[in-house]
Amino acid sequence: MRPTFSIILFTVLSGIGYGLWFLAGLGLAAYWPVCRTPSPPSGAGIPLRFCGYPPGVLFALITGFVLVSAGLLSSVGHLGQPQRAWRALSQWRSSWLSREGVASIATYAPATALIAILSLSIWQWMHPLGAALAVGSVATVFCTGQIYASLKPIRAWHNAYTVAGYLLLGLYGGALVFWAMATLPWAGFAREHTACLAALIALAALCAVFKILYWRYIDRLPPADAGRATGLDAQGSVRSFEQPHTEENYLTREMGFVLARKHASKLRAITLLCAFVLPALLAAMVLLIPATWAVAWLALAFGLSGIFIERWLFFAEARHAVSGYYGR
Amino acid sequence: MPPPTAKKLGLVIDLDTCVGCHACAVACKEWNDGGDFGPLPDADPYGAHPDGVWFNRVHSYAVEQDTPGGKRELTVHFPRSCLHCETPACVTVCPTGASYKRAEDGIVLVDEDKCIGCQLCAWACPYGAREFSEERGTMQKCTLCVDRIYNETLDPADRQPACVAACPTRARHFGDLGNPESPISKLVAERDGYALMPEFGYQPVNRYLPPRPRRDGCEGAPMPPDEKLDRDQLPGVLRWLDRALSR
Repeated sequence: MRPTFSIILFTVLSGIGYGLWFLAGLGLAAYWPVCRTPSPPSGAGIPLRFCGYPPGVLFALITGFVLVSAGLLSSVGHLGQPQRAWRALSQWRSSWLSREGVASIATYAPATALIAILSLSIWQWMHPLGAALAVGSVATVFCTGQIYASLKPIRAWHNAYTVAGYLLLGLYGGALVFWAMATLPWAGFAREHTACLAALIALAALCAVFKILYWRYIDRLPPADAGRATGLDAQGSVRSFEQPHTEENYLTREMGFVLARKHASKLRAITLLCAFVLPALLAAMVLLIPATWAVAWLALAFGLSGIFIERWLFFAEARHAVSGYYGR
Repeated sequence: MPPPTAKKLGLVIDLDTCVGCHACAVACKEWNDGGDFGPLPDADPYGAHPDGVWFNRVHSYAVEQDTPGGKRELTVHFPRSCLHCETPACVTVCPTGASYKRAEDGIVLVDEDKCIGCQLCAWACPYGAREFSEERGTMQKCTLCVDRIYNETLDPADRQPACVAACPTRARHFGDLGNPESPISKLVAERDGYALMPEFGYQPVNRYLPPRPRRDGCEGAPMPPDEKLDRDQLPGVLRWLDRALSR
């Protein structure tokens, strides 16, 4: 399949944005506010109990908002008639693309409410709104994955790996952004840094193993062939000797992309290195020796570029059943 | 999606008699450029790299067969267009409802005023029936000439898809495949017509009639072996002639 830049940008940015929203929502629902009882100054009576939200939560929510919106706008930019995009919300009963649109817009509600509440320091309804944000983020990314997983003619997508991959990599990308933001001096996330970094390393390892299993799976899929596509395999072995037209057409451009499969092993190695190995090594380094904020941002840069290559490969390596007619 | 339709209009394509002349594709392009669902604009139509939507494309395949008399190659021309599936994935994936199947006759159509051009239906179709028009920003596909087959201003004999009317070898047949008594249903039964890639479960309506077995006299006629010619044994004039003709 042709790796269209607008769709790669959409799935990567919105996936990471929802990953970030999921982590922030989970934190707001289950962890924050953090309450501390400082030791009372000598001579004072009752110890005061302080509860608070680190300023970084608000920043995470806003960053998630920017990433999700940029991704969704990029997906609208992919359309041939973007001014009609609102129509895509109508067929949620049958279409995963429509469901994705509905879920994404619904998830804006808790996200904007939380951003407003935190910026105004009202601090009400945080637990249910955080839970709604986390659930909405998972639901939206699930729908995004289902758009591709529901397409039977593309066997590299029509399997259980697709949705799981979108969820895992969205969460991993969100975690990388969260780590980078936690290093900002005013973010206020300093505590539990060790456990978070260990979780990030474990997540990177999980994603890497997952991708290796996925690639092993798609390598075993039989290529599309002209005999099956035409039903002439009952007659003998079928070979295409003339294309319908001398020029390339929409189908051969959209569904006859070969470059990625030619260089698959190199591109996969680059993906594993950039997306998972280097960020995990950098996180491990921070665990062992104190490091500056730059390490986290370097890990984010590697991770993001790796996830982009991973998504490019997801599209570019996949074969469509139509390619059988063209003998590619 | 409508409930299963009783009437299933579709095409039956005879791979035995198709000669690969592309008349169906050209007639289709011509009619639909001016029909109700047109135009079918091309990018660079008179330039070096013309590019645009065709509802019908004719492939050519060589089928190598093992026969008692040795290997034999059969040429099969294969027109490919929308199969008007009974359970089309292109309809269910459509987020806008622009892609729809008619309840009255089962024809799958695109409402060009609702289509947002997301192209998901093209990805969902294993048969390559849908193409995106860069010029119009929407998806376009075979309409089974719905603007001809019910068109009362046309002579009744002309109320059939343009591709069927144009075919010089009558390799294309149009009719109701939902009615087992219709002439084309009988043709399918008689010639063992088959559906393309039934494993996807979309239940295509169109049928393809396989090439007939070759007659006994031709069966397994071996391909002539390459003849050897030793140029050096030839007289000078013929040696020159062989060299000149070999260029």
